[in-house]
Amino acid sequence: MTITASDIQSVSVDIEDLHLSFGDTKVLEGVNLSIPAGEFFAFLGPSGSGKSTLLRAIAGFGPRPRGSIRIGGVDIVDLPPWRRDVGMVFQSYALWPHMTVEKNVAFGLVERKLDRREIKQRVGEALELVGLTELANRRPNQLSGGQQQRVALARTVVIRPKVLLLDEPLSNLDANLRVQMRRDILNLQQQLKLTTIFVTHDQEEANTTSSRMAVLDKGVIQQVGTPVELYDTPANRFVAEFLGHANIIDGVLHKTEKGFEFIGDNGLHSSLDRTSGNETGRGMLIFRPQNAHFGTKPPEETELYSGVVEYQEFLGSSRRFAVNINGKHVLIETPHTSGDPNFCIGEQVSFYLDRENVFFLNA
Amino acid sequence: MTNSIPGSWGTRSAALLIFAFLLLFLVIPVSKVIFVAFQDPHSGSFTLINFVDFFNTQLFRESFLNSLYVASMSVILASIFAIPLAYFTTRFNFGGAVIIQTLGVIPLIMPPFVGAVAMQLLFGDNGSINLLLDEHFGFTIPFMQGLNGVILVESIHYFPFILINLSAALDNIDRAMEESAQNLGSYGVRLFRRIVFPLAMPGYIAGAALVFLKVFDDLGTPLLLNVNNMLAPQAYLRISSIGISDPMGYVISVILVLFSLVALWTSMLALKGRDYSTVQKGGGGLMKRDLRPWEKLGSYFVIFLILFLVLSPHIGLVLLSFGTIWSFSVLPDAYTVAHYAEVFSNDSSVRYITNTLLYAGLAAFIDVIIGTAIAYLVFRTGIKGRKVLDYMATAALAVPGVVLGIGFLRTFHEFQVPLIDKPLASWWVIIVIALAIRRLPYALRACMAALQQVSIALEEAAQNVGATRFRTVHKVVIPLMAGGILAGFITSFATAAVELSATIMLTSTEADAPLAYGIYIFMQSAAGRGPGAALGIIAVIIVGLGTYLSHKVIEHYKHAHATASNEGGQP
Repeated sequence: MTITASDIQSVSVDIEDLHLSFGDTKVLEGVNLSIPAGEFFAFLGPSGSGKSTLLRAIAGFGPRPRGSIRIGGVDIVDLPPWRRDVGMVFQSYALWPHMTVEKNVAFGLVERKLDRREIKQRVGEALELVGLTELANRRPNQLSGGQQQRVALARTVVIRPKVLLLDEPLSNLDANLRVQMRRDILNLQQQLKLTTIFVTHDQEEANTTSSRMAVLDKGVIQQVGTPVELYDTPANRFVAEFLGHANIIDGVLHKTEKGFEFIGDNGLHSSLDRTSGNETGRGMLIFRPQNAHFGTKPPEETELYSGVVEYQEFLGSSRRFAVNINGKHVLIETPHTSGDPNFCIGEQVSFYLDRENVFFLNA
Repeated sequence: MTNSIPGSWGTRSAALLIFAFLLLFLVIPVSKVIFVAFQDPHSGSFTLINFVDFFNTQLFRESFLNSLYVASMSVILASIFAIPLAYFTTRFNFGGAVIIQTLGVIPLIMPPFVGAVAMQLLFGDNGSINLLLDEHFGFTIPFMQGLNGVILVESIHYFPFILINLSAALDNIDRAMEESAQNLGSYGVRLFRRIVFPLAMPGYIAGAALVFLKVFDDLGTPLLLNVNNMLAPQAYLRISSIGISDPMGYVISVILVLFSLVALWTSMLALKGRDYSTVQKGGGGLMKRDLRPWEKLGSYFVIFLILFLVLSPHIGLVLLSFGTIWSFSVLPDAYTVAHYAEVFSNDSSVRYITNTLLYAGLAAFIDVIIGTAIAYLVFRTGIKGRKVLDYMATAALAVPGVVLGIGFLRTFHEFQVPLIDKPLASWWVIIVIALAIRRLPYALRACMAALQQVSIALEEAAQNVGATRFRTVHKVVIPLMAGGILAGFITSFATAAVELSATIMLTSTEADAPLAYGIYIFMQSAAGRGPGAALGIIAVIIVGLGTYLSHKVIEHYKHAHATASNEGGQP
C-alpha cells in the first residue's frame, strides 16, 4: 500500500490583500491570489522580488503579515508554523544531520504523537514513494544531493500536509539531475493531487511544471496566468522582459481607418490589428525575437524595415541577431539549420514583423 | 600552499632554537614528573607502587573523587548559567543582547581565586545573602560550604567558555534546520531538545570539556577557600610541606595531565565535527523572533539573576577593597580608600605590581617571538618537523600549572645559574619561563591566525620585485601580522599577570613575588583582605584593560587589512 490521493484532502489557498514588511522595508504589497485545490502553482521572480517571503508567510515564518491567508477557507495568519499543516521543502533541504533518514522522515509524525506502528508504516510508505527504502538507516551527509532532496520531500509529504510548499527545490542540484527531479516532483504532485506552490527564479522550471504561475517583482504580483498566457501576452514591460527575450519599442499608437498604427520613437512604424485594450496614446510595441523575420518580401500590409547588423550570437538551435535601427537594437532570432544565410557585422539587412504576434501595451 | 623551500640556514637555526627551548622547559620537566611518578623512591627502578600507595590512602582517594565531583558539578552549574543566556541572545530579539554577551565574558577578566574571598563575604554562612535570608525567611543556604564554594566560584568564572562556544554553534546552525522542524509541528522545549541542542552539541561539548579541564587543574581557588582535599592543592601541599622528593605530588601530576589530555582531546574532537550543520547555500540568515511580553519578563528575570551571580565576585571585591570592616553584616560598615593607599605606600606590594608587569611583559614577549616564528615555519617553509614545533607548543595546554611548577622545581633545583650562584629553580627568571610556556598555546594561535590572514601573493609580489626572503618577512609579513601579534601579546600578558598555580610553586622569596602571589598572601589573614582586594582590583583592571585592548586591536586590524586577506593566503 502506498500513499495515494485519497489520503490527502486537497484544499485551496486564498490570499487577500497581503502586506508584509521587514522593519521599514516593504517586502510584499497588496498580494491577492486564489489557488484552487490540487493546482501546481509557481511563484516566479528575480531575487528580492518577495516570492520566497510570500511562501514563508504561508508557512508562518518571518514577520506577521497584514491581510489574510486562507487555507481550505480557514485564515491561518495568526497560527504558529507548527499548527498550520503546511508542508515546506527548504532550499537547503534542512535535513537534520544528527538523525538517520528514517528518523528525519518520522519526525513530524512523532511530534504528532502517532502510535509507533502507524509511524513505522507511514515512514515506510513515504520512503517507498521517493524510492529510498534501502537508505533508511543512512545519515543525510552520506546521501547525494538528489537523494537528500527526496528525503526532504518524503519528510514533508509523510505528514499529509494540506499544501506543499517548495522553496527553490532544484537550485542546489546540477543541471541533469534538475530535469529528472522536476519530472519526479511533478509526478508526485499529480499522484497525490496535492495543492503545491513552487518558488523559482528560473522561468523554464516554472513553465515546465506549473499549470499557472504568478510573476512577482518588488513585492507586487505583476501578472497571474498560465505559462503560455504570460509569455504571449505579458501585462507589462517587466513580465515581458523577465519571460524570455522581448523587443520593446516605445512610441505612440494612433487610430487609423483600417485599425491602428504605431509610430516608434526610433522611427519604426507598424500597423496593428490587435492591441490590448485598444487605447491610443503612448505605450510600447512588444514582440519576441522569433517573431521578426529577415527578408525583402513581407506579407501584404506589413512594413519592411532595414537596419545594420551589429552583432550575432549562435545559440545552438537558433541564431540571434542584433539589428540597429535608428540607434536602437532589435533582436531577431532565426532557427538554425545548416546552410542558413549568415550576415556579416555591418551588413545592411531588411526584416519584417509577424503581425499576429506583435502587440501594443499602454504605458 | 606552502612555499616549499627546504629552509635556509637562518630558518633552520630558528627552528632548532625553539625546539631546544621547548624541549628544555616543557618536554623535559613534564617527562621528569611522569618519570618520578613511576620510579621507586628508594631503588630508582620502575614501579607502580606510588600509584598503589596513592589509591590506598584515604585522603588521596577522597581528593581524587572531590576533584572529579567539583569539576563535573562545575560543568553542570556553568551549563545552567550558559545555556539560557546563549539561547535567548541568539534566538530572540532582545534589548541589550549585546550587553548580555559582553557581560557574560566579564568573569574571565577576573582570576577565580581573586573573587573567591569576596564570594565568601557575599554567599558564605555569615555572608550578605545568608544574613538577609536568615533575617527575612529564617533559613540559610550553604552556598560556600566546602566543595560547594569551589563549585560556585569556578562555575561563575568559567561558564563563559560554554557561553562563547555554544553561542557560536547556535549562530552557525542553518536557520532552516529549526524552521523545518517547526513546519513539521515541533516547537518550544521539544524543538530545543530534539533539534537545536543536538545541532549545537559540538560547541557545547567543546566548551564543557574546557570548563572541566580548567576546574580540575585549578589550584588557586581551592587554596583560597581553604579546601585542601582536592588533587591540585594536595600536590602543592605535598611538595611545599614535605619536599620535592615526595612521590605523591608526582602521582597527582600524572593524573592531572591524563585528565587534561582526555578533556582537551574531547574538546578538539567535538570541534572537528562542528561544521556539520552550519549555514548552507540558501539557508536562512539570522531570523530572530520577538518575545511576547510575559516571555520577555521571564527571560529578563532569568538573565538578571544569572548576571547578578556572575558579577557578584566583582561587586564583592569592590566592596571589600573600599570597605573598612565587613564581617557579620550585609554591607561593609563604612568606606575608605585606605586599602589602596596602603597598597601603594607599601614597598612589597608595589614590588608585586612591578614584578608582575616585568614577568608578564617578558613572558608575553617570548610568546609572540616564538609564536610568530613557529607560525612562519609551519605556513611558509617546508622544513622537516615544523609541525612538531606546533604540536609541542600546543601540548602545553594539557600541562596544569602545578605540574609545570613541580617539573621545574625537580628539574632545575640542582642547576646553578652561573654568575648569580643560585639554582635556576629559585631564580625569578624561571617564573617568566613558566608563564611563557603556559601562555604559549594562546599566543601561537593568535600568531597563526594573523599569518593566515596575509595572502601569500603579497609575499610573492615582494620577492618578484627583488626582495630577499628575509627582507620580505621583515618588510611585508611582520607589518601585516602586527595587529595579530599585538593582540597575542596583550592576551598573553593579561592572563600571565594573574596566573597563580605555577608562580606559587616557583616564588622563592617575597621580593621576587608577583601580584597573584601577593594577593594570595594578603588574603590569608583577615587584616590583609582589604589591601588584598585592592590588589585584586588592580589585577582585574590590568586584565580587563588588556582584554579590551586586544579586542580593539583585532577589530581595528580586521578593518585595516580586510583587503590584504584572501583565499590565496592559506596553506
